Amino acid sequence: MKKTLAAAAMAGLLTAGSAQAFQPESDQPIKLMQADWTSMLVHTEILNIILSTYGYNVEKVIADDSARYPGFESGDLTIALETWQTTQDKAFNASVATGKVLDMGELGPKAREDWWYPSYMEELCPGLPDWTALKSCAEAFSSPETAPKGRYLGAPVSWGGFDEERIEALDLPFEVVHAGTDAAMFAELRSAEERKAPILLWIYEPHWAPSVYDGKFVEFPAYEEACYTDPAWGLNKDKAYDCGKPQGWIKKMAWAEGEKIWPCAYDIVRKFTVTGDEVGKMVYEVDVDGRTVEDVAMDWAKANEAKWREWATCAAN
Amino acid sequence: MGDLRRELRLTLGHRPRPVPVFYARRTMTQSTSSARLITPTRLGRWVLPATVGFALLVLALWFDTSALTDTALLPVSDWVDVAMNWLVRDAAIFGLGLSDVTRALAAAAQWPIEVLQKVLAEGWVSGAGFNKTQVLPPASWLGVTLAAALLAWRVSGPGLGVFAAFAGAYIALFGLWTSAMMTLASVLFCVLASLLLGLALGIRAHRSPGIEPTVRAVMNIMQTVPIFAYLLPTLLLFGYGPSAALFATVAYAMPPMVHSTVLALQSVPSDTLDLARMTGCSRRQTLWKVELPVAMPRLAIGLNQVVMMTLNMVIIASMIGAGGLGYDVLRALRRLDFGAAFEAGMAIVVLAVLLDRLTQALARNGSAGRKAGGWRRSTLIAVAGITVPTLLSLWLPALAVWPAAWTLSVAAPLNDAVTFVNQHFHDPLEAIRTFALLKLMNPVRDLMQVLPWPLLIGAVAACGGWLGGLRTAAVVTGLALFILVTGYWSAAMGSVYLTALSVVVSLAIGLPFGIWVAAKPRAQPAVQVFLDTLQTLPTLVYLLPAVMLFRNGDFSALIAIVSYAVAPAVRYGIDGMIHVPSERIEAAAMSGCSKWQTFVHVRLPSALPTLLLGVNQTVMMALSMLVIAALVGTRELGQEVFTALSQGKAGPGIVAGLCVACVALIIDTLLKSGAARATQRQGQTHV
Repeated sequence: MKKTLAAAAMAGLLTAGSAQAFQPESDQPIKLMQADWTSMLVHTEILNIILSTYGYNVEKVIADDSARYPGFESGDLTIALETWQTTQDKAFNASVATGKVLDMGELGPKAREDWWYPSYMEELCPGLPDWTALKSCAEAFSSPETAPKGRYLGAPVSWGGFDEERIEALDLPFEVVHAGTDAAMFAELRSAEERKAPILLWIYEPHWAPSVYDGKFVEFPAYEEACYTDPAWGLNKDKAYDCGKPQGWIKKMAWAEGEKIWPCAYDIVRKFTVTGDEVGKMVYEVDVDGRTVEDVAMDWAKANEAKWREWATCAAN
Repeated sequence: MGDLRRELRLTLGHRPRPVPVFYARRTMTQSTSSARLITPTRLGRWVLPATVGFALLVLALWFDTSALTDTALLPVSDWVDVAMNWLVRDAAIFGLGLSDVTRALAAAAQWPIEVLQKVLAEGWVSGAGFNKTQVLPPASWLGVTLAAALLAWRVSGPGLGVFAAFAGAYIALFGLWTSAMMTLASVLFCVLASLLLGLALGIRAHRSPGIEPTVRAVMNIMQTVPIFAYLLPTLLLFGYGPSAALFATVAYAMPPMVHSTVLALQSVPSDTLDLARMTGCSRRQTLWKVELPVAMPRLAIGLNQVVMMTLNMVIIASMIGAGGLGYDVLRALRRLDFGAAFEAGMAIVVLAVLLDRLTQALARNGSAGRKAGGWRRSTLIAVAGITVPTLLSLWLPALAVWPAAWTLSVAAPLNDAVTFVNQHFHDPLEAIRTFALLKLMNPVRDLMQVLPWPLLIGAVAACGGWLGGLRTAAVVTGLALFILVTGYWSAAMGSVYLTALSVVVSLAIGLPFGIWVAAKPRAQPAVQVFLDTLQTLPTLVYLLPAVMLFRNGDFSALIAIVSYAVAPAVRYGIDGMIHVPSERIEAAAMSGCSKWQTFVHVRLPSALPTLLLGVNQTVMMALSMLVIAALVGTRELGQEVFTALSQGKAGPGIVAGLCVACVALIIDTLLKSGAARATQRQGQTHV
C-alpha cells in the first residue's frame, strides 16, 4: 500500500517537474520574510505564487519587523517586500551600508503617518484639520488623568516618531500616552468610534482603519529634512521637530549574496510593484471582509497574470 | 524487576496515591528551602545589615539618590554586546563555530516537527503557486479525534474519552484544525524535549549536590528573564523561524521539570533505597526501577507544569515564527476580531487541558504499575481509526479539511457583546479606572520613583539578614546593586510598583477564594478548569477588549497581570488549607475552639508556609507577565526590553531582562527565607 502511494507521489512530482520549461538557477530555498501586518502578508504570498510557479524553492519565514537585519546580513532571510521608511529608515540604511544587504527599490505605495482624528471631532474642535486649532481645544481631547491637557495616543514607544518633541516645539497643550502595540492602539480607536467619544491618535497608511473609519490627518507644517535637524527652521526658532511627519517610501530589501545564486528571481523582485489602491483593496478584503490571505493573493495573481509574466521575462524562455 | 517494585511497595506500605490535581500545581520548592535552614547567631544576623544600612543612610544624606547619575553607571550593556557578538560570530570549540553547532541542533530539532506537521496538518504537497498539487492528504480530523478519544478512554476513563472527542470536534468544526495540528506538533516536541532535558539535569543535580544550587539559580534566571531580552542572539544562533521559538519555549518550560525532579528524588524514602541496595540493584537499576517509579507522583507535578508553560508560550512563540494557533490569535487581534481570537484561544486551552489530563493519567498508571491488557487490540483500533477516514478523505475532501462553508463561529455575537458593553457601560467603568489610577496607582508609582535607593537597598538587605542570615543579605544586596549600577533603577521601580499592586490585588482575590473553595470539594473540578483556562488562554485575547474599556496604560496592564497571577494564589490557598494535619483540627475542636478560632489559630498558621509559597509563585507569575503588560503601554523594564529589541540592540535588552530576573530573585530569596522561618517556627510551637 505504502509503496504504491509513494510511487504515485513520485509520478506526481515528475509530471509537475516536466510541466515547467524554466529551470531555476538553484534549488536552494529562497526565504521570504513576513512580519505580521496584512499588506506584507499579501505581497509576500503573491511573490510566493510567482516564484513557485517558475519552480523556485520558496519558504516563508516569520520574523519580527525590527529583528530582521541580522538575518538578512547572514543569509537566514533572502527577501522582504516591505521596509517602511517611517519606522525603519535608520536601521535599513545602516544595514545596506554593511554591503551585505541590497536595496531592491520601492514597492509602490507611499507610507503616511501622522496625528489623526475621526470626523465627528470637527464639531467639537471647529478649526481642524489645521493644527493650530488643537491649541484652543485641547480640553475636548482630554481624559481625567491628563486634564486640562489633551490626550494624544501615540504609537508604541519603540516606533519612535518624536511626538514629545513635536508637542514641545509647537507648544501644544497635549500629553502623549503611548500605546503598547498596534492592536491596542486601534482597539482604543474602535472603542471611541463606537461611542463617538473624543480621540486623537497616531495612524498610518496603508492600513484598514482609515478606510473603515471616517476621519482626517491633522495638517501640521509640511515636513522638510531641515525641520528635524535644524532648530532654526520653521515656527519655533529654538527647537527642531516643529512640523508634521515625513511621508515615506516602502522598499524591498534582499540578501546581497543571493544576487549570484538566483539572478533571475532577484530581477523579478526588483520589478515587483503594486499600487496604493490595490494594496488598500486587498488589505480591506483580508481585514474587514475576513477572507484568507492566500485567496486574496491568488485572486490578484489570476487577474494580473499578464503583468507578472512580463516581470518574469528572464524565466519565460 | 517489576515484581521487586510491587514488593517494595508491599513491604514498605508506600503506596503512591493518585496525585490530587490541586496538589499537582505546586512547584515543589518547599523542602529545598527548609533543607538549607541556617541558624546563625543573633549577633551575626544583625551586625552586617546594620552596618550596611548605616553606611547607605550616610550615602543617602550626601548624594541625590533617586537613581545614579550617568557617570556612576557601569556600561554593562556594552560589555554584554561585545560578549554576545563574540559568542555568536567567533566563539568556537575545537575549530567548530558555536553557531554551526547550534544551527545543526536547530536543524535536527526541526526535522521531527516537520514530519509531524506534514502528517497532522499539511499532508504532502508538491509544487507551489500555480503548480501546487496535493499528493497525500494530512491525517483526517475524524481519524485523529477518534484515536485521541480512544487513547484518553484507555488511560483515564470514559470521561476523558468524551472530552477528547468534544475537543476534536470543536477544533474541526470551528475551522481551526490545521492551525491546531501545527501547534500540537511543536508542542508535543517541546514537551518531550523539556521532559527529557529536565529529567537528565535534575538527576545530575540530585547526584552531585554540589552543583544543585547553581542549577537552581540558572533555572530561576531562565524562567524570569523575558525571552524578548535574548531574542536577537537566539535568532543568530538558531536561525529565524520555528527553531528559535522552540528553543525559547524549552528554556521557559524546562525549569519546573528540573526543580521537581530534584525534589522528587530527594523525597524517595531512605529505607526504600536501602532495600534496593540490599537486593543488589546496580546504580542504574536503582534509578530506573526504584527511584523514578517511587518518585513518579512528584515527577508528574513537574510534567504538568511543563505542559502548561509550553502552551502558555504558544503566543510568544508565534510572535517569533512558530505559526499555528498563536499566529491565528495575533492575526485576529490585529484586525480587532475579538471573537475569532477567542475561538483560537479556546482551542489552545482545550489542547492544554487534554494534554494535561492525559499526561497526569499516564503518570498515575505508571506509578501504580498498572498494566492493563488489550493494548495491542486498542492500538490496532486506533491505527484503523486514523487510516480509514484518512483514506476516505481522498474521495471525500470534507474528511481532510472541514469545508469553510460549514464552519461554525461565535465570533460575530462575541464582537457585538464587546461593542454593547463598550457603548453602555463605558462611563461607570471609566469612573472606576480614573479613581484607581489617580487615587491609588499614580501615587504609589510616584512614591517608588522618589524613594532614595540607599534606603530601599538598605531595607532589602535588612530583610535578608532578618529572614535568612548573612549570606541571604549579601545575595539580595548584590542583586539590588546590579539593577542600580546598570542604570535600570528607575525602570525597575516602575516594574516593582506594577508588580506589587498586582500581587496585592491577586492575593486579596485569590487567597480568600482559594481558602473558601478548599472547604467545598465538589466545586473544585470546575474551579480547576477555570484556573487552567486563566493560565493558558492567551492573555491578549481578553487584554485587548479590556483596552477598549480601560484604554492603554497601567490600569489595563494591572488587569492583565492580575488575571494571570490570581491562579497560583487560588491554587496555593486551596492546597494550604487541604493539607492542614487533621490531628491539629481535631485537637482544636476538642479544646473547644469556635470555627473562627480554629481558622485563625490553627488552620491559618499551619497553612502559612504553603501560603507564603503561594505568594512567591504569584509574584513570579506577575513578573513573567510584565512583557505582556508592556503591550498595552506600560513604562518599565518590560518596555525597555521591547525597545531594545526594536532598535536591534542585544546588550540593553539582555541587561534589562536580567534586571527583571534580579527583582524576581530578590523577592524569591526573601519569601523563601520567610517560608523557611515560618516552617521552623511552626515546628517549634506545634510539634
